[in-house]
Amino acid sequence: MGKLFAVVLTIITLVSAGLIAAHVWWLPVDISTIGPRIDRQMDETMVATGVLFLSSQLILACFVWKFGDKRDGGKIKYFPGGSGPLIGFAIALVGIEILVLSFGGSKVWAAVYMTPPEPDALHVDVAAEQFAFYFRYAGPDGRFGVIHPERVRDGNGNYFGLDPANDVAARDDVIVGTLTVPVDRPILLTMHSKDMIHSFYVPELRMQQDILPGLTIPLHFTATQAGKYEIVCTQLCGLGHYSMRSFLEVLPPDQFDQWLKSQSGD
Amino acid sequence: MDSSSQAVVRHHAPPQGFIRKYLFSVDHKVIGKQYYGLALLAACIGMVLSWLMRIHLGWATAHIPLLEKLSPAGAPGNVVTPEYYLSLMTMHATLMVFFVLTTAPFAGFGNYFLPIQVGAEDMAFPRINMMSFWVTFAAFVVLILSFFIGDGPALAGWTSYAPLSSVGAVAGPGQGTGQTLWALSIAIFCVGQLLGSLNFITTTLDLRTRGMSLARMPLSTWAWFVTSVIGLLAFAVLLPACGLLVLDRVAGTSFFNPAGLVVNDQALPHSGGSPLLWQHLFWFFGHPEVYIAILPGFGIISTILPVFARKRLLGSRAVIGCMVAIGFLSYMVWGHHMFVSGMNPFSALLFSVPTLIITIPATIVVLLWLGTLYGARMRLSTPALFCVGFISVFITGGLSGFFLAQPSLDTYLHATYFVVAHFHFVMAVAAMFGIFAGTYFWFPKMFGRMMNETLGKWHFWLTFVGVYAIFMPMHYLGLAGNVRRYAAFTDNYLAPLIPVHKFITIAALFTGAAQLLFLCNVIWSRFRGPKATDNPWEATTLEWSTSSPPPFDNFGGRHLVVHHGPEEYGVESSSGDYVMQVSPEKVAAS
Repeated sequence: MGKLFAVVLTIITLVSAGLIAAHVWWLPVDISTIGPRIDRQMDETMVATGVLFLSSQLILACFVWKFGDKRDGGKIKYFPGGSGPLIGFAIALVGIEILVLSFGGSKVWAAVYMTPPEPDALHVDVAAEQFAFYFRYAGPDGRFGVIHPERVRDGNGNYFGLDPANDVAARDDVIVGTLTVPVDRPILLTMHSKDMIHSFYVPELRMQQDILPGLTIPLHFTATQAGKYEIVCTQLCGLGHYSMRSFLEVLPPDQFDQWLKSQSGD
Repeated sequence: MDSSSQAVVRHHAPPQGFIRKYLFSVDHKVIGKQYYGLALLAACIGMVLSWLMRIHLGWATAHIPLLEKLSPAGAPGNVVTPEYYLSLMTMHATLMVFFVLTTAPFAGFGNYFLPIQVGAEDMAFPRINMMSFWVTFAAFVVLILSFFIGDGPALAGWTSYAPLSSVGAVAGPGQGTGQTLWALSIAIFCVGQLLGSLNFITTTLDLRTRGMSLARMPLSTWAWFVTSVIGLLAFAVLLPACGLLVLDRVAGTSFFNPAGLVVNDQALPHSGGSPLLWQHLFWFFGHPEVYIAILPGFGIISTILPVFARKRLLGSRAVIGCMVAIGFLSYMVWGHHMFVSGMNPFSALLFSVPTLIITIPATIVVLLWLGTLYGARMRLSTPALFCVGFISVFITGGLSGFFLAQPSLDTYLHATYFVVAHFHFVMAVAAMFGIFAGTYFWFPKMFGRMMNETLGKWHFWLTFVGVYAIFMPMHYLGLAGNVRRYAAFTDNYLAPLIPVHKFITIAALFTGAAQLLFLCNVIWSRFRGPKATDNPWEATTLEWSTSSPPPFDNFGGRHLVVHHGPEEYGVESSSGDYVMQVSPEKVAAS
């Protein structure tokens, strides 16, 4: 029985780790300036935990193989050195791992979430609601119209609660359902929700951020590859949660300018 | 230990009549079995719900016979709707976390064995003990009721984030009466746990028999003790939080609702609340709850492993210290559930550090278990198999925590199936293995009959391979960015992952079916199993010094005197290779 356990556990361990090592299922392509650092952090963590996973599971398998089928009568042996060295080893091993991981990881986190956006970042305002995202650009005047929550209505398409009749800045705001951005330019999102908590997640950007009603949540990134990517909601927001998505369209700068002009012209 | 010698001598007579004996019993053993039975029932329901979820995820248009009868709105034409999927998910998690993982290893086994293991005749407060079970049962009934109301059970997940959970029916189906029942049920459940925790703590501190110093308590008793301290502090926060949630829902308050909410084109009159407040309150409970689920497993494994390894647990004092350290640290890590919640990003770094540090005591315990196996003379009976299985799944689940504890990786992995894989391994599957190990180990004591070994071993093998087949691939899904809590995968980038979901569904159906072996084994052995001796496993702790099952007052009027710690295995004595805690025999130092 002990040998069987060892064999089964070894197979499980090798198959599990092998599928990860072979990247059969893996992160999608990275399209952000911060992505390479997050991916490196992921790789380092994967190697560190992979070594621990393989060694601990195989040691378990080995011990159960060796000591699992002993009939009574043999002499038991104690772990050489007792518990002290093992405890010291655990503290040292995990302690070093923690230091290394949190040192590197904290810097990456700080670069994403604790660094202000560059001053020339393109500012896009995001409204999330059950079950859609809307994006707003300031238009030719470079100013956003003021949001009036009491004016927010899906029925007449006023997703941001604007008051163009009285608010000049609101008149040229561009409101679209797809987040279109130029490549290689810093983007600043200010995100708010009118009803539930939603979340902005683009796996290719390696970024996820909850959007809370009552707060304006900033997020900034720079996309490095043109293309069309999915934005999905990752915070349970009601029955249509699974269907809440939009697209991130990254365009070359000239195409983006053209696109924005065509939208403003309407 | 002077305090233990003053143990209260209790003289409640054995009850007469069915109701006092089996229903409203003050006997901790009956109450323990009641908790266990409730957990078994909840586990069966929770497992069926997970089947329904998995079938829906693999084959969204599958017809599930009779489901329309249970919920005409949730499954018209026997096909699960997206909102009913969310309800199934919410109820699965709530039942499993509260009514199985908290109820069975802690309240169930703890109630039955904590008093016996410390040599007491009963809990310190037998009536409060009875009350805590029936309060828990009431919580269960309230939760199950929500299946049978008009708009269906709550669908906001077991975390019930506001404002989805707090604004009421306007938020959509399942957010009406179902969500109110959910909040009430959990509030009631908290009351039961608080009463139970008080009882556990008092019993451990005041009712130990002569010679049972704290250092001589079995590790399982230590684990239940630490768990009840954690529970006392954690449920004391969740109870008022649920109270506030109910007030927000029915009394028009705005604890969790900010100003300016417009739901379904309807402006709501709330102002001044914060959705983050709910998350802080919930996770201040929620993370310690993870340890409430798993620490009894630590204790059960640390108690059972030496019995079958026939040697002392390596560093048992250190294991106790680690459990206390984990309990202490568990209150400093709740923010790691909220890295991307919109709280100050600086606090993410602060919460990340204790989260990583808590892996140190966990690692120490695992290494000490491995060190215990080294050089052992293992008797690989079913309880022992579940012990080594526990170690394996706990390692697997613990390691994925290294990823999620880092905010910089959580920003990618948060709310993906990677998290689902992590917590299922580390708390759900590991805790279930602890429950199984405990059941196979203590069943002879609880019912006076042995369980069937062949069925037990089959149960182990199918479950062990099964849980890896279910939950290992979820890591891969998470790495590929597969979002959790989705009723269907309509996004383009998720389409290639659907075959993996189908595989998981098939694995889940098989593994679930394998649990029928366990159920049959329990029922069959209860009535037909071979009679158990008083100490079939040759164990040392006090429960094995009395008859199987123990008499009403546990030791037949004897007042035990404890002479040894719980781990005198691998020694030479008149009884063989072990010395029981109550044996006056001297043990040669080894």
